Amino acid sequence: MESEEKLFSFDDQLSAIVKQSHHFIPRGNGRCYGDASLAEQTINTLKYDKILSFDAVNGIFECQSGLMLDQVLEVIVPKGWFLPVTPGTKFITVGGAVGSDVHGKNHHVDGTFSNHIIDMDVMLASGEVITCSPERYTDLFEATCGGMGLTGLVTRVKFRLKKIETSYIKQKQIKAANLEEIIRLFDEYKHYTYSVAWIDCLKKGKNFGRSILILGEHAKVDELPEKKKKDPLKLPSRKQITFPFNLPSWVLNSFTVKLFNFLYYGKNLKREINNIVSYEPFFYPLDAILHWNRGYGKKGFVQYQFVLPLEAKQGLIEILNRISDRGLGSFLAVLKIFGKQDSLISFPSEGYTLALDFPVRKGLFEFLDELDQVVLQYGGRLYMSKDARMKPEVLQAGYPRLEVFKSIVKKYNPDYKIRSVQSDRLLLTK
Amino acid sequence: MPTALILGAASDMAVAIAKKFASQGYAVQLAARNAHRLQPLLSDIAIRYNVAATVHEFDARQFASHPQFFDTLPALPDVTICVFGYLGDQATASADWKECAQIIETNYTGAVSILNVISNKYAARKSGTIVGISSVAGERGRQSNYIYGSAKAGFTAYLSGLRNSMYHKGVHVVTVQPGFVYTKMTEHLQLPALLTAKPEAVAKAVYKAVVKKKNVIYVKWFWRWIMFIIKCIPEFIFKKMKL
Ligand SMILES: Cc1cc2nc3c(=O)[nH]c(=O)nc-3n(C[C@H](O)[C@H](O)[C@H](O)COP(=O)(O)OP(=O)(O)OC[C@H]3O[C@@H](n4cnc5c(N)ncnc54)[C@H](O)[C@@H]3O)c2cc1C
Repeated sequence: MESEEKLFSFDDQLSAIVKQSHHFIPRGNGRCYGDASLAEQTINTLKYDKILSFDAVNGIFECQSGLMLDQVLEVIVPKGWFLPVTPGTKFITVGGAVGSDVHGKNHHVDGTFSNHIIDMDVMLASGEVITCSPERYTDLFEATCGGMGLTGLVTRVKFRLKKIETSYIKQKQIKAANLEEIIRLFDEYKHYTYSVAWIDCLKKGKNFGRSILILGEHAKVDELPEKKKKDPLKLPSRKQITFPFNLPSWVLNSFTVKLFNFLYYGKNLKREINNIVSYEPFFYPLDAILHWNRGYGKKGFVQYQFVLPLEAKQGLIEILNRISDRGLGSFLAVLKIFGKQDSLISFPSEGYTLALDFPVRKGLFEFLDELDQVVLQYGGRLYMSKDARMKPEVLQAGYPRLEVFKSIVKKYNPDYKIRSVQSDRLLLTK
Repeated sequence: MPTALILGAASDMAVAIAKKFASQGYAVQLAARNAHRLQPLLSDIAIRYNVAATVHEFDARQFASHPQFFDTLPALPDVTICVFGYLGDQATASADWKECAQIIETNYTGAVSILNVISNKYAARKSGTIVGISSVAGERGRQSNYIYGSAKAGFTAYLSGLRNSMYHKGVHVVTVQPGFVYTKMTEHLQLPALLTAKPEAVAKAVYKAVVKKKNVIYVKWFWRWIMFIIKCIPEFIFKKMKL
């Protein structure tokens, strides 16, 4: 798609661009998988990336919206603080973290990113800037968190950090033979701050749902080996393998498969492994092979992430079965647990969330439409940030407060000057 | 703590240079027009690198204000980096004197005016480093940007003479020829990736040149050869080319 991208470094440049634009959508680092930050014209925040304040005593951080999480970590970790919530890549902007209201492996404990926001500034379609928070302009605040950029462009965010003693994670990996067992393990270990499971989607029969549960806690100083105690807040070394081209998606996929098999068969001969690792491989296993400013070569793949209520385990089984029957799915699926969340439009709600990717081939889109119906039937919904294909009815059925969201978008973006390919497709701006 | 003064601190290249020097422990003085716009950069640098940072109002074309601007800085900077420049539009500039004067006064006259003030101070003190960001466009005039190019040519010649004169007074002068750089100035141009440097690469090269007392640097080494070849083309051929 032809798209014009505008960049800015200063507030006055941004307001001039917004005022001159016919229509636009805010864009961060473009790490959402779908079409949420695509439009004929995008306003890119990547050069608007300054740190405005950092209270290292109380753990409060304030920045412009184009700052990426990797930069935040470099500043806060050595001072004993961590991101309250982080997705599986650190190459996203703070604005993108708000737009998708991202979740991490700690959702059941810490909620989404927006739960930690103190206040933020949003530039509306008119160019006016409004400061909103859970107390001020509550409607704007609620509709902006997870609102996929449709209320306005977030310019400044002030949020709370999480205290850490070390930059290391005390990790526990447990193998599960099948889906029943992994769900049981999730339950048993739900007091852990971080948890995620990788499921092998190719296995059938009694090994159906073979998986690894990965748990973690921020390590305390006295839990570190002697050598590491000297510099407990050390930043991980920045050795990144980078590619001068866009990685074809099969490379990524076979990498994750290899990583899985390595974990499963290689060092994981024992059922359970406990070790201390740096935060980098624990939170960002894929970042090591991906250059931050290149595309993920995800063309040819479709991401699919949904959540089902806790009691709908049967739905999870049914969906995984359908995928392995059709042989259409990815090899790996990522399973996480969500705690309670009562947001207007953010994706998480209490239950299990599964993220998969599918190679695009004939019949896939019909199949995904079928899966959508199963998800809805069990009371679940899909993540807009990873979506590029769902039908507006599916969104409507999954998000009970969608009409309220739409009316707030209409209030602050009355002419739908701010719109994306996704928002048009989902009838949010039509 | 050593101090670096960045003249024209709002550009992408200047921001990268300011960050590079701050990351090496320099206090930075950021000077630009509408200096209040640099407040976020100020906090960013202070927080990331734990150095002192200040902003100062500076306009390259207000020649008369230059001595006072420099005298009122909170500290005499050890290194001065002159980054400001104005590309302008060749077609407009050849028809409209206002645009033309802005190109000449920003890239040449303004730079000479402020660097005269600073080099005299450095010479009296017998130390200091001056870095001038010039342009490969100044190495041979081409139809597409010879007003900008000739102003930069003047600046390059000025820096060369200044280096010669200051050498005897313990002051070092670096000329930087960046070649193509991805910046706001070039956002609308389609630049060949291989020949184009990121602002961070320019910053790194500038810092290294200051430390190693280099005289003239090209950020991407092949620019030196490209410009050498361009300069070798006989004029009777060159004038017929569409460059
Ligand atoms: C490898 C990988 C792992 C991931 N893991 C997770 C995960 O674990 N959990 C999770 O929640 N997500 C995850 N994601 C998705 C990613 O975190 C989100 O899509 C995030 O929003 C991307 O941020 P971005 O800066 O790239 O923004 P973009 O992709 O450019 O934009 C995302 C959305 O935010 C809006 N937006 C961007 N900037 C602003 C702004 N300044 N103001 C208003 N709206 C704005 C855009 O309009 C768009 O709707 C993952 C993605 C990848 C590639």
